[in-house]
Amino acid sequence: MKLDAKIPDGPIERKWTQHKNELKLVNPANKRKFNILVVGSGLAGASAAATLAELGYRVDCFAFQDSPRRAHSIAAQGGINAAKNYPNDGDSVFRLFYDTVKGGDFRSREANVYRLAEVSNAIIDQCVAQGVPFAREYGGTLANRSFGGALVSRTFYARGQTGQQLLLGAYSALERQIGLGTVKMHARHEMLELVLVDGHARGIVTRDLTTGQIESWAGDAVVLATGGYGNTFFLSTNAAGCNVTATFRAYKKGAAFANPCYTQIHPTCIPVTGDHQSKLTLMSESLRNDGRVWVPREKGDKRKPGEIPEGERDYYLERKYPSFGNLSPRDIASRAAKQVCDDGRGVGETGLGVYLDFADAIQRLGENVVRDRYGNLFQMYEQITGENPYQTPMRIFPAVHYSMGGLWVDYNLMSTIPGLHVLGEANFSDHGANRLGASALMQGLADGYFVIPYTIAAYLSSVQVERFDPKNKLTTDHPAFKEAETAVKGRIDRLLGIEGKKSPTAFHRELGHILWNKCGMARNKQGLTEALQEIPALREEFWKNVNVLGEAGTLNQQLEKAGRVADFLEFGELLVRDALEREESCGGHFREEHQTADGEALRDDEHFAHVAAWEYQGDGKKPIRNVEPLAFETVHLATRSYK
Amino acid sequence: MSTQANLHLKLHVWRQKNASDRGGFVEYDVPGVSSDMSFLEMFDVLNERLIEKGEEPVAFDHDCREGICGMCSMVINGQPHGPKRGVTTCQLHMRTFHDGQEIWVEPFRSSAFPVVKDLVVDRGALDRMVQAGGFVSVRTGGAPDANATPISKVEADLSMDAAACIGCGACVASCKNGSAALFLGAQVSKYKHLPQGLTERHERVANMMAQADLEGFGACGNQAECEAVCPKEIPIRVIAEMYREYLRSTFTGRAIGKQDRKRT
Repeated sequence: MKLDAKIPDGPIERKWTQHKNELKLVNPANKRKFNILVVGSGLAGASAAATLAELGYRVDCFAFQDSPRRAHSIAAQGGINAAKNYPNDGDSVFRLFYDTVKGGDFRSREANVYRLAEVSNAIIDQCVAQGVPFAREYGGTLANRSFGGALVSRTFYARGQTGQQLLLGAYSALERQIGLGTVKMHARHEMLELVLVDGHARGIVTRDLTTGQIESWAGDAVVLATGGYGNTFFLSTNAAGCNVTATFRAYKKGAAFANPCYTQIHPTCIPVTGDHQSKLTLMSESLRNDGRVWVPREKGDKRKPGEIPEGERDYYLERKYPSFGNLSPRDIASRAAKQVCDDGRGVGETGLGVYLDFADAIQRLGENVVRDRYGNLFQMYEQITGENPYQTPMRIFPAVHYSMGGLWVDYNLMSTIPGLHVLGEANFSDHGANRLGASALMQGLADGYFVIPYTIAAYLSSVQVERFDPKNKLTTDHPAFKEAETAVKGRIDRLLGIEGKKSPTAFHRELGHILWNKCGMARNKQGLTEALQEIPALREEFWKNVNVLGEAGTLNQQLEKAGRVADFLEFGELLVRDALEREESCGGHFREEHQTADGEALRDDEHFAHVAAWEYQGDGKKPIRNVEPLAFETVHLATRSYK
Repeated sequence: MSTQANLHLKLHVWRQKNASDRGGFVEYDVPGVSSDMSFLEMFDVLNERLIEKGEEPVAFDHDCREGICGMCSMVINGQPHGPKRGVTTCQLHMRTFHDGQEIWVEPFRSSAFPVVKDLVVDRGALDRMVQAGGFVSVRTGGAPDANATPISKVEADLSMDAAACIGCGACVASCKNGSAALFLGAQVSKYKHLPQGLTERHERVANMMAQADLEGFGACGNQAECEAVCPKEIPIRVIAEMYREYLRSTFTGRAIGKQDRKRT
């Protein structure tokens, strides 16, 4: 497989402008002849669907929830970065670019990251024009706050609900187009197969989750904006429905899957309480602006936090990383939490927790200011734990949060399958091995509002002569669709026919245990090798012993779940395989064999400064690991330090 | 530290095969519920036990499980999202209930929200009202600098109070008129407090209210049940604001009006 990233020539700050100048355009009268299928309605999907429709394309948009507004982008709390430099603290497009490349531990593509920083300002302008109620200063200008991995305040926010407000902005733009009839929305439809015709992505097969009907949809391009694969780990901060099915189906049809081992473990989540738990709840990283992270200095100190005097506390982030302190990036903060817990100094009943303490902030700012900044987060914490964080420190522990890996895309966001474009968390392109806080919202909206509307024309203009020839008109009667539908129906029948003893959730939980223990915050060769035995065994058991009740032709949530778990069971193996073959530590991927004397990640730039893009070879066959070398021409490779 | 306890509950859950089925309550004996569980995790446990027995599990809507997506929708002992103020069903924890308690669980009921199955309802009407006017008509690109128009912090905060609506529909389910006034008011108020929203203020309110009538939502009767159950505690002042905006719009003659809108 040839991986051509199609990065434009020229100096980094000119690449995107020049590329836009050179991109082919589609005549407005021809745009309405093209039908684009957008799968997913989160920040990336909704913004792309709305913008493409505004441009004149015919758009179909699919979501598995009952409304596009439910997509999990809605749960992002803290904020969105942009290089506006409103606070006058020295920020610039270059600094945002630099911080993001460094934050990604030098495993992202420079040109993509620069473009992301470059369009960041337009995103804020767009959202304000849509009526997104960002936080403001008394003078009426926009407020900013700081976030992990940066020394400037460049994060825009709307209380602790920034993702919600940005998604509602994109959703309102999408609903406007739906009302105008330019976008057809298909809620409660789940994509179960990608359809290729002559090697190009030309359609999808969906299941109507209400009626169970299997339907085909033909189009001129397919845009996947289906989010990340964090739920492979069972417990994560993702929504219950988040899944890898759309991207994994595309992988099995020939789209390369890049860097699946790059998973972000977020440091500030509410700790696990028991086996019944269905998800982990994130507490926004913005809390680390004012909260101080600590554990007792001595092992096994069971006193209540208030009884432990100042001198017997270890504010370990401030101690180890004096310049970034509590605002160290996520991978660093998570690993540090794991180290103190491994050391026997963790807090709470399980010993798997650290304190996030607001006592100083409340004293310095007053409870009202703290309530104004984080009120809804404090309330959420209290709902879940029954503890009042104004009076006693929060207990937090890392949890799986975001996937930096995803389908491989070129500079135009097109995968290795012509016509298949991938946006937002579903692609791999901008965050390297670790994503900085407040960058996911930025990337989702950059891809949807300001990148794909231009770059999709590069593909469409290259096929338009052929597509407009009436004898090439494609309908869902084409055998490729019938074949895909048969495969989908066959899989559903097979799942319903097993009639085994264990629920899909039980298998999912077991997969999660394997991955969290052997491919979680710290990984080593032995554990990964074991996982490569255990996952296929579990998968085999699944296909013999899963119990999926109910029928295919109705709303059947167990069937939905079983299909997703079946894909997690295959994808989990790919994730582990990638982690095993990346013999270095970088960002969220920490191999115990590769660390410095003081326990920091040790990169191997000589052998691993590249993207690993996996190519499917057939069931039971080892996929091929293709490599895209990464060149660092502007930000020079350096050891990442936050000390 | 929370003290964990085991609860033994008796559930009466609404089971309904599909939209045309009559449906009815089915009783379940549920021992061994941890007080640390969320209400939906308790349902997960119930469903796992039903699967083990070979009975079809209860269908219910849920997704983020952190109180923001607005997907979960249960009426618990007669109250949408249950007895606690300011929380969604997924954020309601079992420590709110006591050992031996009987709990009745129903879907969000309203003629505009047909039942799909068990506890799952169709809330597409809310999206269609947004399509009628819940937006600012701007295209992507060409927006002025975000700081070009200062907005007072007070107004921005009032807008945000309304924008916090998660579109769950609890307000509709709580209202004896089946009115969506709190939901609509939140959409109107969110834009009313921002200069960006003022250009289309008249069309917005008139078209959204006309759509509400078409969808079969009732009128507001000022009982404030909606405010009491709203998991985001949207204040009913937004309803007053909506009616003021509506009154204003009737003088302008710019509203499109319901005769030109149709149910899709």
